[in-house]
Amino acid sequence: MSQSIEQTSHRPAAALLPPVDIVEDSSGITVFADLPGVEPKDLSVDVDGRTLTIEAPLTLGEAKELMSVYAEVRSNCYRRSFELSSELDTMNIVADWKEGVLTLRIPRAEHAKPRKVEVRTG
Amino acid sequence: MYPSMRASSDLFANLEQFQDRLDELLAGRSAPSSSIRAVGRASAFPFLNVGTSADALEIYAFAPGVAPAEIEITVEKGLLTIAGERSKRSNEEKPVATYAQERFRGPFRRVVTLPDDADAGRVEANYGNGVLRILVPKRESAKARRIAVSGQA
Repeated sequence: MSQSIEQTSHRPAAALLPPVDIVEDSSGITVFADLPGVEPKDLSVDVDGRTLTIEAPLTLGEAKELMSVYAEVRSNCYRRSFELSSELDTMNIVADWKEGVLTLRIPRAEHAKPRKVEVRTG
Repeated sequence: MYPSMRASSDLFANLEQFQDRLDELLAGRSAPSSSIRAVGRASAFPFLNVGTSADALEIYAFAPGVAPAEIEITVEKGLLTIAGERSKRSNEEKPVATYAQERFRGPFRRVVTLPDDADAGRVEANYGNGVLRILVPKRESAKARRIAVSGQA
């Protein structure tokens, strides 16, 4: 099916933008990204400075002779980048994969966590 | 304005060229395509790709985060329906702030019209990596076959 996609478009297929949910709690940020059709081994989560990039090719495993009749997903690659603020600890990102959903847990750096300052009396 | 907008007998080819040029201008070189959002979202989860081969019709439904047991596939009168619900995520901690909520949640239902030669009794489905793959074999009797002619010359 990917062959017929390349034939019908006269320029290289642009990457798909995976929809995300981003939530923040006191200890960090969690990113949920929908990436159906991706093999976990092909998934790449890169951090370059403060930019986080999620990139992955789609592998549907369809037979070569399958002819596309109707396609709402017309690209063979996901890509999305995010800018992470300096209070996030990019060295300790944890990534999980389940049923086509990538969950990224980005903790807040120690120095950025809310903390109480003890007042010395005396 | 646009060199492709010449008077032409093929109106649809012109429209398509115009649409492509518009897409190029809006999408730009560096901006990623927003194709996954181009279709009306509420009515289009999961996204479908349908392909056909000599033996079967294959439907790929892009449905991440849905448990296979929650997906209902029914075939009736030549219509194949994919229905289910993607439930809300349960949080252990109450989030302080939500910065983005783009993913589809809630009930969904998509219907595909099956061709006449579809064998509804032998439909198979499997789910992996967030993609539901439905295989609809074509009826043996409907496949093209050569008929031998008996008799003497």
